[in-house]
Amino acid sequence: MALSTSSVITLKINGEKHTLPVDHRTTLLDALRERLDLTGTKKGCDQGQCGACTVLLDGRRAVACLQLAVAAEGREITTIEGVADGERLHPVQQAFLDLDGFQCGYCTPGQICSAIGMIEEHAAGWPSAVTEDVRPQAGPPPLTADEIRERMSGNLCRCGAYVAIVEAVARAAEAHTNASDEDAATGGTKEAVI
Amino acid sequence: MSTVTTTTSVPTPSVGTGHTRVEGRDKVTGAARYAAEVPFAGLAHGWLVLSTIARGRIRALDTEPVLAMPGVLAVLDHRNAPHLNTDYAGLLGKPDPTCAVFQHDRVPHFGWPVALVVAETPEQAREAAEALVVHYEEEPHDVELTSDHPDCRPLDGHMPAVTEKGDLDARLASSAFVVDVEYSTPEEHHNPMEPHAATARWDDGRLEVTDSNQGVTWVAGELQNLFSLDPASVRVRSEHVGGGFGSKGVRAHQVAAVMAATMLQRPVRVALTRRQMFTLTGHRSPTIQRVRLGADADGRLRALEHRSVSRTSTFHDFVEPSAGAARVMYDADAHHTANNVVPLDVPTPTWMRAPGEAPGSFALEAAFDELAEKCGIDPIELRLRNEPEAGPVSGLPFVGRNVAACFREGARRFGWADRDSRPGVRREGRWLLGTGTAAASFPAGSAPSTATATAHPDGTFTIRISAADIGTGARTALALIAADALQVSPERIRVRIGDSDFGPAMIAGGSMGTRSWSWAVKEAAGELRERLALGADLPAQGLTVRSDTTEAVGALGPAERHSYGAQFAEVAVDVTTGEVRVRRMLGIFAAGRIVNPLTARNQLLGGMVWGISMALHEEAARDRASGGVVGADLAGYHVATHADVPRIEADWIEDTDPDDPVGIKGIGEIGTVGAAAAVANAVWHATGVRHRSLPIRPDRVLTAAAGAPDA
Amino acid sequence: MREFDYRRAYDVAGAVALLDADPDTRFLGGGTNLVDLMKTGVERPARLIDIRELPLDRIEVTAGGGLRIGATVTNGDLAAHPEVRRRYPALAQAVLAGASGQLRNMATVGGNLLQRTRCGYFTDVSQPCNKRVPGSGCPAVAGEHRNHAILGASDHCVAVHPSDMAVALTAFDAVVHYETADGPGELPLADFYLPVGDTPHRETALPAGALITGVTLPPAPVAAGSRYRKVRERASYAFAIGSLAAALDIRDGIVRDARLAFGAVASRPWRATAAERVLTGAPTGPETYAAAADAELAAARPLPRNGYKVDLIRNLTVTVLTELAEEAAR
Repeated sequence: MALSTSSVITLKINGEKHTLPVDHRTTLLDALRERLDLTGTKKGCDQGQCGACTVLLDGRRAVACLQLAVAAEGREITTIEGVADGERLHPVQQAFLDLDGFQCGYCTPGQICSAIGMIEEHAAGWPSAVTEDVRPQAGPPPLTADEIRERMSGNLCRCGAYVAIVEAVARAAEAHTNASDEDAATGGTKEAVI
Repeated sequence: MSTVTTTTSVPTPSVGTGHTRVEGRDKVTGAARYAAEVPFAGLAHGWLVLSTIARGRIRALDTEPVLAMPGVLAVLDHRNAPHLNTDYAGLLGKPDPTCAVFQHDRVPHFGWPVALVVAETPEQAREAAEALVVHYEEEPHDVELTSDHPDCRPLDGHMPAVTEKGDLDARLASSAFVVDVEYSTPEEHHNPMEPHAATARWDDGRLEVTDSNQGVTWVAGELQNLFSLDPASVRVRSEHVGGGFGSKGVRAHQVAAVMAATMLQRPVRVALTRRQMFTLTGHRSPTIQRVRLGADADGRLRALEHRSVSRTSTFHDFVEPSAGAARVMYDADAHHTANNVVPLDVPTPTWMRAPGEAPGSFALEAAFDELAEKCGIDPIELRLRNEPEAGPVSGLPFVGRNVAACFREGARRFGWADRDSRPGVRREGRWLLGTGTAAASFPAGSAPSTATATAHPDGTFTIRISAADIGTGARTALALIAADALQVSPERIRVRIGDSDFGPAMIAGGSMGTRSWSWAVKEAAGELRERLALGADLPAQGLTVRSDTTEAVGALGPAERHSYGAQFAEVAVDVTTGEVRVRRMLGIFAAGRIVNPLTARNQLLGGMVWGISMALHEEAARDRASGGVVGADLAGYHVATHADVPRIEADWIEDTDPDDPVGIKGIGEIGTVGAAAAVANAVWHATGVRHRSLPIRPDRVLTAAAGAPDA
Repeated sequence: MREFDYRRAYDVAGAVALLDADPDTRFLGGGTNLVDLMKTGVERPARLIDIRELPLDRIEVTAGGGLRIGATVTNGDLAAHPEVRRRYPALAQAVLAGASGQLRNMATVGGNLLQRTRCGYFTDVSQPCNKRVPGSGCPAVAGEHRNHAILGASDHCVAVHPSDMAVALTAFDAVVHYETADGPGELPLADFYLPVGDTPHRETALPAGALITGVTLPPAPVAAGSRYRKVRERASYAFAIGSLAAALDIRDGIVRDARLAFGAVASRPWRATAAERVLTGAPTGPETYAAAADAELAAARPLPRNGYKVDLIRNLTVTVLTELAEEAAR
């Protein structure tokens, strides 16, 4: 069988299609940063050990450093550049800004993307390692500070801005829950929030 | 031409009120570009090859096959690299030869840079670098720090190695209570989230370096010296910095990038991997510290000895001055302190957040807790009884020593008065609970800086200063300083930093950045306001005023200038699993005027998180056999995660430095000092076991619970 | 990283055919372990076959109340699945205790079983390692081995298996299903991992050229009250230094059925069969649980700096079994 070490691929990023040749070794992270000038996704460890490169793949959070670009073809990729609604910041972004949920800012895009994915996972009823009883319940477990901390632990912040990050995530999650409740009442959709 | 007056309506002062970061939107949207993210046409990628032996010499490098690999442009090593000048003293002294790459065939530690492979793409560079075969002549190495090592010697750093007054033995012998204990702290690494990266290129006869560092004029000066260049021909820019903590100065990657850019005459970027950072960007040395305290019956100190042993490399001197804390915090009739080093076959350690004070305060403040237990005196009361009148070693007066006020406020808010001092008696389910406290201090200082302030015809202003924002919110703080000096609202101020063309300024380090820069900014902005008030003409390009604080800073009289704090922690310990969890923490600080409460609180909390991390998690395992670090990554080197940090609080009391134009002292490091001791003291209170070696790992708690009285 | 060919497979037969028993080919699932190892140079495949699109991403309840879990089900989906949480809560807890939310959304069940040790010598290609380079030596025996094996190791390798998920699967008699060019096959998880001996580089009994297609869990009513407890050196996002999956069926104060497996103590998830024998038929109580742990740990051969694991596992066993008995009594 013939071996080929590169491919021309089409990546769908933030709703836009990008066609580019890639060396198979290129990770999604390097494709974003080195090839597509989408440098908002950060390289902290390049080994899946820090979360700075967190993006959303088909709506779920994932680390771009361990995702080969060639294997990401066909998936919906959302990066930090794609979470705001035009000039209007995503509620998670706004909460990080208002509550100073960062210091150096390098882990921040990953924290924000992770929080967006996490809030959805929680809304879908996913338990976590600190959920008292993982057996199926009527609704999601309360999103306490401890739940947020555990669910966000894949995002290291060396500046130690954790206290403000947790406050920001809690504020955004609360807004999300309220919006969802209102949507349920009015029959609306959640699109306005996520 | 037009004139602008700034006095029509004086806004309320900006300093002291919370402001979100001026670059905050860029950081939450991903628009802020860090060093490795600035695009350059024709960029080539360099990948460093590091030694896999800890001592010896390079016999040969098989570069031929590597040069034939796809995309490879060059291989630099000691045989073809340009000569560097290392015979100079930069801002922080002589350069660490680790950054003077490829000058000889000696290998003085594991992970020493032996070559740089440059290729068209990062993937090609990495593969080629990993394919480069290097032949070594290996020699026996020694990486093990012991306090009785034959090469142990005192070493001056930014303070004298040894201070001694009084007859220690006599005073110890006559003391009613004596504590004589040894503490140890491990090798720790900065691990900023953003790995070090630099792009070098020549532009019209000027060397342009796009970097991530803690001081652009500092790094520019080092490169200018190393490459024997004309000062005006080097420009270093560092717009956003993803954390530094002491590690982001001149390092191998900038020097290698400059060499390759010079050789290839195209832009070359060298970015370090997380693993490479463990050998190329400095670290905090492990320490072994002996503390002896002697007190009379009412707890007053009669004797104090603090001796620290840390390590340095075999080729460059650096001392972790852990014994320095006692020179500020406590007096005794006999007072002896010493900082010693052992040169070993390891990379040179360097400044890491709260150098000296972080490990030193752990030992000293834990020893004080042990003394309090022996004396039967409350730990806070013991400290208050030992508040010195003047510098214990210097004899100089203190400028604003607010230790007692911090303890009083902290004790009130933490609920210290209700504490039962007995250890090991509080249980909640599987957890034993305990609380602990510790004092904190960190030097407050200023260094000469220059700044410019420009008034524009549209009523806005631009401040230019070669400051660095490594997460401190420097841009925002300086905007507030300038706004007050100009008596305008901060929205009218633009602050530009991180460009060596702006002229010399202090680095972001030593908790001195904001204080030093604010001085220069206030002077420039203040003078600009005066000139505008006098009706100065405002040309289209604006009116610019330059300040230089060299003289004013030099005129500061000698005094004991420090920030202070009181740290409180509550922990839960499961002695059946060894798990330790911090439940709550409070730090009350006296750290001078707080410029931006929003970012200041965050930064102080970050320092406390470092304390938690130091107390419970951080440790690089240096392998005796190879001389390298085992598990040199963020899975092997644990820093605190979200789940390790409960709702902790930081606050401050009214405090100022009357000799500083703004009253600033500095907050970058004080939050870390004493935090690990407070946690360790709380672990004792929970379990009755003293843990004198950090980190307090599960295996240590379990081993202690299984029988050993002290771990 | 070496250059490699990349193929995407859309059905199991196609994937197996592509593999062609080529030792330089690897299946790519979530990539959370393989891509990392390729970056560090531990793995240098010439070809990757991407199996994420295979129709193996379902979880089904089997007749009798067991579960069939497809090989490409992500850890995230596994832990969130109501039937997993209802029937085998320890399995959900084990998965949730591992890695991070991001990694769980990528990692797959098949890949999790095949993940390699996190021993710092194994992951650093500048170091000797018998698992990576047979015959090169094991520096961990005399070096950094605080988190290494106390059970079932040899002088050749003392590394531990890093999976949490596999510990719970082991406790509940999971069976691994695979496909080869010659047809399907299966291996009980108990036989899946090979003893270390002097061949630590041979980790599983999976035939060459085999693709893991899924895992089945036989019905186990006892598992409905099961629990996983993990101890690590920070509160989250760290590998275990000791862990335990357990379930007890108690009637009239007597243990009728016991399931017990330990993690981070051996080169494989460690089914505590000796402990289970002590427990079965014995009265509930801490003495029984301690005796059970001791029976299992009698075979422990700790190294100079990991003896604490014996205490840790013993304590965990007593604590968790006590908790389970108290809940059963309610």
